[in-house]
Amino acid sequence: MGQYLLRRLMLVVPSVLGISILLFTVLALAPGDPFEELATNPNVPAEVRANLRAKFGLDDPVAVRYVRWLGAMLGGDWGFSFASRVDVDELILGRLPTTLLVIGSSQVLALLIALPVGVYAATRPYSLFDKIASTLAFAGFALPTFFTGILLILVFSIQLDWLPFVYRSDISATGWQFFWEHFKQALMPVAVLGLFQGASWTRYVRSAVLDVIRLDYVTTARAKGLAERAVIVKHVVRNALIPVVTLVALQMPAIFGGAIVTEQIFRVPGIGSLLISAILANDTPVIMAVTFVFSCLVILFNLIADLLYGWLDPRIAYR
Amino acid sequence: MAGSIPASPTASAALAGGAAVRAKPASLGREAWRRFRRHRLALAGAAILLFMVLAVLLGPWLWQVPINEIDFSARLKGSSWRHPLGTDDLGQDLLARMLYGGRISIAVGFAAMLIAVIVGTIVGAISGMSRGSVDAALMWLTDLFLSLPQLPLLLLIIYLFRDSLKVLVGPEIGVFILIVAVIGGFRWMPVARLVRAQFFSLREKEFVEAARALGASTSRQVVRHILPNSLGPVIVAGTIDVAAAIIAESTLSFLGLGFPPDIPSWGRLLYDAKDYLDIAPHWALFPGSAIFLVVLSISYIGDGLRDALDPRKVM
Repeated sequence: MGQYLLRRLMLVVPSVLGISILLFTVLALAPGDPFEELATNPNVPAEVRANLRAKFGLDDPVAVRYVRWLGAMLGGDWGFSFASRVDVDELILGRLPTTLLVIGSSQVLALLIALPVGVYAATRPYSLFDKIASTLAFAGFALPTFFTGILLILVFSIQLDWLPFVYRSDISATGWQFFWEHFKQALMPVAVLGLFQGASWTRYVRSAVLDVIRLDYVTTARAKGLAERAVIVKHVVRNALIPVVTLVALQMPAIFGGAIVTEQIFRVPGIGSLLISAILANDTPVIMAVTFVFSCLVILFNLIADLLYGWLDPRIAYR
Repeated sequence: MAGSIPASPTASAALAGGAAVRAKPASLGREAWRRFRRHRLALAGAAILLFMVLAVLLGPWLWQVPINEIDFSARLKGSSWRHPLGTDDLGQDLLARMLYGGRISIAVGFAAMLIAVIVGTIVGAISGMSRGSVDAALMWLTDLFLSLPQLPLLLLIIYLFRDSLKVLVGPEIGVFILIVAVIGGFRWMPVARLVRAQFFSLREKEFVEAARALGASTSRQVVRHILPNSLGPVIVAGTIDVAAAIIAESTLSFLGLGFPPDIPSWGRLLYDAKDYLDIAPHWALFPGSAIFLVVLSISYIGDGLRDALDPRKVM
């Protein structure tokens, strides 16, 4: 397993490099100037700007600039936000926990829905339960996160007035009250993301379980006289999860996309809403850094998926 | 049954239809249609989608209210005879805006799908026909694109290129081209993988070998023999891509980074509506439901096509 982990880690390096090259190419190809803010500011004389350009090496060849940029990113120097006048890494690190909390709990929610529903539907294919579950999964998949968010706000915040629809990070209450307030305000964003993911995962789990459940070794397990529960949980689900993990890993970019939208709707102070406000404020260093962080998160989760493979199917790890 | 209209239509129409099917067995399209009809939800989805497409194509002729007619005496009104879907904060008619915006949303969906399918097919075909380093390099690129965070990159590219394209070809077409190209450019990977897998299995089949033995050039093998047989999964993937592209466009517009306010695509309508949820919920509900309905129909059509285009499946 250790060697497998090492091999996977080696594969991460070219991915990060590839993504960083792509990001930098986009930036280099883009018209306009990262120093546009200074360029349009009439108080900055032309020679000062030229000096600044020379100082930051903006007139060097692209390859040189790329190496310097990558070195700075890896060294932790992520630049300075034009808009909020803070170091970019501070800004991102301050907001990252909120994003990870919302994404993490929504994934747990999605898993809690998708696994039991998918497995139960697959053990009774074409039953009423299966039909209802499939229909709901289709509907949940077709409801974009921004629309479910609006619907939830409409029902639970405006009609019923149960939940707040603006996420606040400055809750003054203490003790249990503090946790309760946090729980209440996190409920809707987590539900929006979790239900969307849960809907698509339910379909994956169902079809994966259906593929496995008719195999001979499952019949053997039943013939041995194992309890149905043990057959399903130990024999079927574990093997059915392997393709599910693949699909979930492939969906990771979409999950982060959904997180950006959700953070924007509920004004959750995470890196997704940071990205949107940075784009609206033309704050290039923040935009580049957040995109890079999102890329690294996707790669990280792909790595976790690979490790899960190794655990689910030991043959993969020892190959 | 084209060209075989019987003398007494009422009596023998069914018979003649049956006979025609028997006389012309298993043309691929006919067979697929017969299977597709069995999938009732897919059929319903196709009907709804057809209705929506016709509505946005013909609707603006039938409902000739201008999309930008401002009427402050009728702000944020609900449904009425004058404004069947109500009005927005400037008193603009929502039905007219929905019909116009639907054109944009659906057009973006289909155009982005075309780009994704074309790029994906080309990459997949090249990778599937060539062995060795070209294949490995293309698949590395595909995997890299698959692990990119798409929405942040979409936002980044649109942020960086929007203004210069606007200057180049005008605001509407510029944003349209940019959005379509970028969405399509991030959705070709599944198609490429599918096509490559299909090519791998098809190029070793006997009929392709026969063509090769008869001296068919590589391009003829691909265009005449392999590609047509690998199109089934591509069509299914393309269908799903239309839905995904519509959602992607709506997401961009919803974040305020898609189309400008004078081009009311469905996502843009939602973006404008979200600050008035408490007083004018209809404003958000209609475009949201339209997106939901179109995407749901397309998903069911994709599901039906998957069954219909899989010849191994007995129905």
